[in-house]
Amino acid sequence: MSQFPDSTLAEQNLQMSKKSVLELRNVNIFYSDNQAVNDVSFNIRRNKITAIIGPSGCGKSTLLRSLNRMNDFVDGARVEGELIFSNENLYGKEVDPVEVRRRIGMVFQKPNPFPKSIYNNISWGPLINGYNGSTDELVERSLKQAALWEEVKDRLHESALNLSGGQQQRLCIARALAMEPEVLLMDEPCSALDPISTARIEDLLFELKSSYTIVIVTHNMQQAARISDYTAFMEMGDLIEFNVTKKIFTRPAMKRTEEYVTGRFG
Amino acid sequence: MPLTTEQESRHLEKRHRKARFFAIFCAAITWSSVLLLAVLLYQVSIEGFRWLDWQFISSFPSRFPERAGIKSALVGTIWLISLVALISIPVGVSTALYLEEFAGKGKISKIIEVNVANLAGVPSIVYGILGLAIFVRFFALERSLISGALTMSLLILPVIIIASREAIKTVPQGIRNAAYSLGATKWQTTWAHVLPASFPGIMTGVILALSRSIGETAPLIMIGAMTFVAFLPEGPMDSFTAMPIQIYNWVSRPQEEFHELAAAGIIVLLAVLLAMNATAIFIRNRTERRMK
Ligand SMILES: Nc1ncnc2c1ncn2[C@@H]1O[C@H](COP(=O)(O)OP(=O)(O)OP(=O)(O)O)[C@@H](O)[C@H]1O
Ligand SMILES: [Mg+2]
Repeated sequence: MSQFPDSTLAEQNLQMSKKSVLELRNVNIFYSDNQAVNDVSFNIRRNKITAIIGPSGCGKSTLLRSLNRMNDFVDGARVEGELIFSNENLYGKEVDPVEVRRRIGMVFQKPNPFPKSIYNNISWGPLINGYNGSTDELVERSLKQAALWEEVKDRLHESALNLSGGQQQRLCIARALAMEPEVLLMDEPCSALDPISTARIEDLLFELKSSYTIVIVTHNMQQAARISDYTAFMEMGDLIEFNVTKKIFTRPAMKRTEEYVTGRFG
Repeated sequence: MPLTTEQESRHLEKRHRKARFFAIFCAAITWSSVLLLAVLLYQVSIEGFRWLDWQFISSFPSRFPERAGIKSALVGTIWLISLVALISIPVGVSTALYLEEFAGKGKISKIIEVNVANLAGVPSIVYGILGLAIFVRFFALERSLISGALTMSLLILPVIIIASREAIKTVPQGIRNAAYSLGATKWQTTWAHVLPASFPGIMTGVILALSRSIGETAPLIMIGAMTFVAFLPEGPMDSFTAMPIQIYNWVSRPQEEFHELAAAGIIVLLAVLLAMNATAIFIRNRTERRMK
């Protein structure tokens, strides 16, 4: 504590870290020799939606994937710095990445249901992780959470590939929710969807907020403004600004942020 | 205004003509190979049909054409193919899975990849020599079914490995990512998703490979499958004969009757091949449908 000259600031900081689930401290991410994320630090608060915005190629997906160690599967990807989750560095030696992914779920940009039944799509994750409750209940609960139950309750044992794109994406959300993750990471989950499906998923995120922490990458400014509580603006691998969403969209501290969110982006 | 100008429509007409020509060209090639096969079958049927009866299928070979049959060769081939399938499918598919999913993309995998591809082109007689040296002599497995099956497995492994790898490569990365993001281990992901999704493609490779091995003669002659067997093998350590060897033996005799017997043998061989492929394709299509 002594390094904080101002005690109220120290207190604030402590308060903040209690409320944050994930703390990024000087995170650098490389692909072989190219650096894709430069020295990014911010906290992800519990039961809030954090949006990551920024121009294409600025490192949003890269940063998001580092939060549940999905970068492990990318050839040449390397993460430096600290990502603190439950008092542990996600990249610490004793940490099992499988356990990390079990607790920090992910929904991808392109819907990626397993080529199996709707039911099995949902139940597989929990089952391999030792779930021994009723799978029927689990499937129903997850599908209801993802606002898909009414549409599919009569064909749970049909292939998930017969669903529409929007339904598939909601299925993927339901599948992630079935694991009851502490954090849900979403990489442009609505980019392949029509406005109606998008609106449904946004509503859904709002409801999920009470029990989950959500980090969402989006290209859609209105979406970020509508649904998120905090926003991180990135550019060319740098975190330009991180703040409460309202601030970012009304009184950003940086000129670049303002230019980007108002669409006057060069 | 017309939908297309005259010049455009002339151009379009030309493109359609090209497409039609190409379709006819491909159809002609397809049908000519089918025709060739039909002629071959016809020829063989004419020659061998006379001999094709239950007596032929249920008799051991004999010096007298009217008493000779294909029983021991048929049973030997069924034994051989079953053993080859049991050995080569697990080994080949595991190798492919290892190379694709676990080995990484380093230099060593590259070297293995090139080697496997080259092995697929090695003449079968070379595998026969290898089998003779390793299985028959070194491991002292004698001139047995298991020696034959191991040799034949070596021969078709490259085909199974290459086909399986291609099938595994077509599994979308999204499926793996989905599994990993649910806290699955690499093995769980591979077993529950990658393998089932690539199963139809793997089956296609297996069908091709086993079909090849059922007709191979050279390596079996090399490791010393017998040509005159008047008993049935009862286990993998027994000596044996196989249909292509029996057919070869009949063809090389001077009497016309034996040539006809060979034709009848070919018909039986083709029937076994067809039955085997039909079963495999049936299994493949069923799993394919289940996945859709
Ligand atoms: N697998 C990879 N190997 C090498 N470089 C990569 C890889 N993936 C991404 N990169 C590079 O890292 C940088 C950031 O990419 P990233 O996918 O994180 O961008 P993004 O912000 O998500 O973009 P978009 O909005 O288009 O999805 C880019 O320069 C990209 O070329
Ligand atoms: Mg991206």
